[in-house]
Amino acid sequence: MATTVSLPAHAASAPKKYESGLWSWLATTDHKRIGQLYLYTSLTWFIVGGIEALLIRTQLYGPNGRIVSAQTYNELFTMHGTTMIFLVIMPLSAAFFNYLIPLQIGARDVAFPRLNAFSYWVFLFGGLFINVSWLFHAAPNAGWFGYAPLTTPTYSPGLNIDFWVIGLQILGVSSLAAGFNFITTVINMRAPGMHFMRMPVFTWMAFITQFMIVLAFPIITVAVTFLMLDRFFGTNFYEITAGADPLLWQHLFWLFGHPEVYILILPAFGLVSEVLPVFSRKPLFGYPVMVYSGILIAFLGFGVWAHHMFAVGMGPIADSFFSITTMLIAIPTGVKIFNWLGTMWGGSLRFTTAMKYAIALVAFFTIGGISGVMHASPPSDLQQTDSYFIVAHFHYVLFGGSMMGLFAGLYFYYPKITGRIMSERLGSWHFWLTAIGMTLTFFPMHFLGLDGMPRRISTYDAGQGWEFNNHLATVGAFMIAVGLLFMIYNWFHSMKAGEIAGNDPWGGATLEWMIPSPPPDYNFATIPTVTSRYPLWDRKSPKLTTDVPHGAAAEQEVDVTLGGKNAGRLKTPADTQLNAPTAHPSANELGIVMPTPTVKPLIAAFALGSVFIGLIMHKNLPIMFLAAAIFVLTLYSWLLTPLEPEHH
Amino acid sequence: MATAALETHDTHGAHPPTSTGLNSTKVAIWTFIGSECFFFASLISTYLIYRGRSVVGPFPHEAWTDPATGHVFKAILNIPVTSVSTFVLLMSSLAMVLAHSAVVRGDRKSSKIWLASTAILGATFLGFQAYEFTSFVHEGLTIHTNLFGSSFFILTGFHGAHVTAGVIWLLTLLFIDMKRGLEPRDAINVDVCALYWHFVDVVWIAIFTLVYLIK
Repeated sequence: MATTVSLPAHAASAPKKYESGLWSWLATTDHKRIGQLYLYTSLTWFIVGGIEALLIRTQLYGPNGRIVSAQTYNELFTMHGTTMIFLVIMPLSAAFFNYLIPLQIGARDVAFPRLNAFSYWVFLFGGLFINVSWLFHAAPNAGWFGYAPLTTPTYSPGLNIDFWVIGLQILGVSSLAAGFNFITTVINMRAPGMHFMRMPVFTWMAFITQFMIVLAFPIITVAVTFLMLDRFFGTNFYEITAGADPLLWQHLFWLFGHPEVYILILPAFGLVSEVLPVFSRKPLFGYPVMVYSGILIAFLGFGVWAHHMFAVGMGPIADSFFSITTMLIAIPTGVKIFNWLGTMWGGSLRFTTAMKYAIALVAFFTIGGISGVMHASPPSDLQQTDSYFIVAHFHYVLFGGSMMGLFAGLYFYYPKITGRIMSERLGSWHFWLTAIGMTLTFFPMHFLGLDGMPRRISTYDAGQGWEFNNHLATVGAFMIAVGLLFMIYNWFHSMKAGEIAGNDPWGGATLEWMIPSPPPDYNFATIPTVTSRYPLWDRKSPKLTTDVPHGAAAEQEVDVTLGGKNAGRLKTPADTQLNAPTAHPSANELGIVMPTPTVKPLIAAFALGSVFIGLIMHKNLPIMFLAAAIFVLTLYSWLLTPLEPEHH
Repeated sequence: MATAALETHDTHGAHPPTSTGLNSTKVAIWTFIGSECFFFASLISTYLIYRGRSVVGPFPHEAWTDPATGHVFKAILNIPVTSVSTFVLLMSSLAMVLAHSAVVRGDRKSSKIWLASTAILGATFLGFQAYEFTSFVHEGLTIHTNLFGSSFFILTGFHGAHVTAGVIWLLTLLFIDMKRGLEPRDAINVDVCALYWHFVDVVWIAIFTLVYLIK
């Protein structure tokens, strides 16, 4: 039955190949490694999506741009949107879910480590699948929301939409599997004392996001399945001549698509809610309200979808309903903005790069939120829809919101992941180039939209008053790109030359800062018992530490090793887990049983993907059946093998 | 340290000590079922939205004469036959409950009988569905024919695929039961399968009511 190599019973004494090198990554079930895989993969796609954006902006720099053809332009904006949403913001958030949720709730791993690896490999496969279309000169070209009937075989023959529809299907599997896993992890893997209302806000927002994923993705799965069946098997779901409703796709898509918007922003809200308190030296203002407003956003997020469809003419009752719910959702969002301001108010602020990005989210997201409320009103939306005003709006919330939050998270958690701190000087360059570049790019788009420039046009004529604002937007886009080069350089340079981070470089409050950076594979040598929302701040409070010198936990100097090399000495509070080699025993020495590394999730993911490869190769049945058989056999072999080595 | 490690991990067989005391697989299957509700809700909604919108027949509840050929297509759905298959599927849920209870009690003989019965009843339902699909195709309704054909076959087909997965799952449990015997500590695995099985059953009640009974 087993189609894969059988693994030794003792993970702890597993061969060296599982400890480092390529094999250790292919067979990993460690949430921290999987988190890093998500991180580097999504940053790679970010560069790809960024290049697509630069090509778009170069084309639109002046009137009658001739850099790319109209056909290529369609492919560029479709792939830019699809890439940034499904291959960058979602998986970059997933990188943080993976890395942080177990650390923040005091667990050694997620509930289903192998399913977690499976999610990643399926995601990798899906991303490659969509992008391989470039090599066939058949990149998707119907916009990121792929409206049917435009995407039906009648109007979109060729492989372009096939790649898109199958790619989304594959990515959906990844998100759903991860969703079940993280919900179970948060419900069941919390350390003693980690009540729901003591969980860090990032974990809370991630938890809420998973519920949205688990409930919204089945809807897009159905929409995409219908389209796939129409394209490959000749059903009539979107076939207007057969009487199909042209709005069916739009309803199904936006029933998913609007929750998706919150799936993209809530994790960034969570990250910012971790960064702001630490650099304000104050607990988060209104923690319970922050949590409840997150839940309310998720709930209302399922009832606003048709505000994307005001222009199709749904009638005054539907328009009014969705207009009101859309305006309602601004309330919990506004509550969050004021809570962040309240957190900073009167705090002793430290303007690190992470803090600057967190503040940038608050500022830019507010602008994007306000333009969002503007087109919550149908009459005003009818003026703005499909114009650059909309492009300005959603880039303010997605780039100015989600990406700023994710950048804040990257600078904030880089020390935990690598053991070193990123250069603040280079980080500052990155921040200012990004913040100014983003304003130059997207702010003028509001005026372009109000001046009547439609979105998704490959070029425009001179003399319409659009030149100046388009010049600004293109210059801004290149500034963002230069800023990103600073970050990439900073990232790799700091890995060698950055300041040693120690357990807790920022004075953090939550459990992840209690353990070494980077954490050992088992995370916590002893599972901590949690007594408050800010366990680490409690330990350092004067009341708890009156009998230790310096008014804080006693400090000691320890040797720090990074990547097997001695990297210097560092002062550390005596009660935290140490980074020194002697204090960094293996899981085996501590008697901690860790999951056995396995490549079965990888094989299962690629077998599942190969079923779809067979489908796109004109329904090549031998390939599809062979891949499906390998998938099922691998699944059996995986499920019948215990997660951890047997006890003897 | 070692104590903490033992508390978290030395738990083979028994319920692992989780924050809520619930088994993790069980929590996961509940979230999966929640997700599946939205999946089937979308399929059923599409079917309902497309009721009466088909340009050509055959139709589910009324006869249709093809204006071109004069051929008369009778109403497609055969409610008496499907009522029988619905009854079979509902009975399978009863057998599933008995199978789970037998495993909990450690009654190896009954557990085999009831697991096998559940699988056989599920397979019988699938047999009815295969008969139904072939006769519909024979009468001139395929996924290509009209909106009713597309939305009916895809909705009930996805449900049938879920039943098939369930039957394979049950047969796997039965195979394990015959090979090494399911102990009371394995009851959780049967429990999780049962949750899935009952869910698939409940979905069929919704489909049977909305697609077959309501005209």
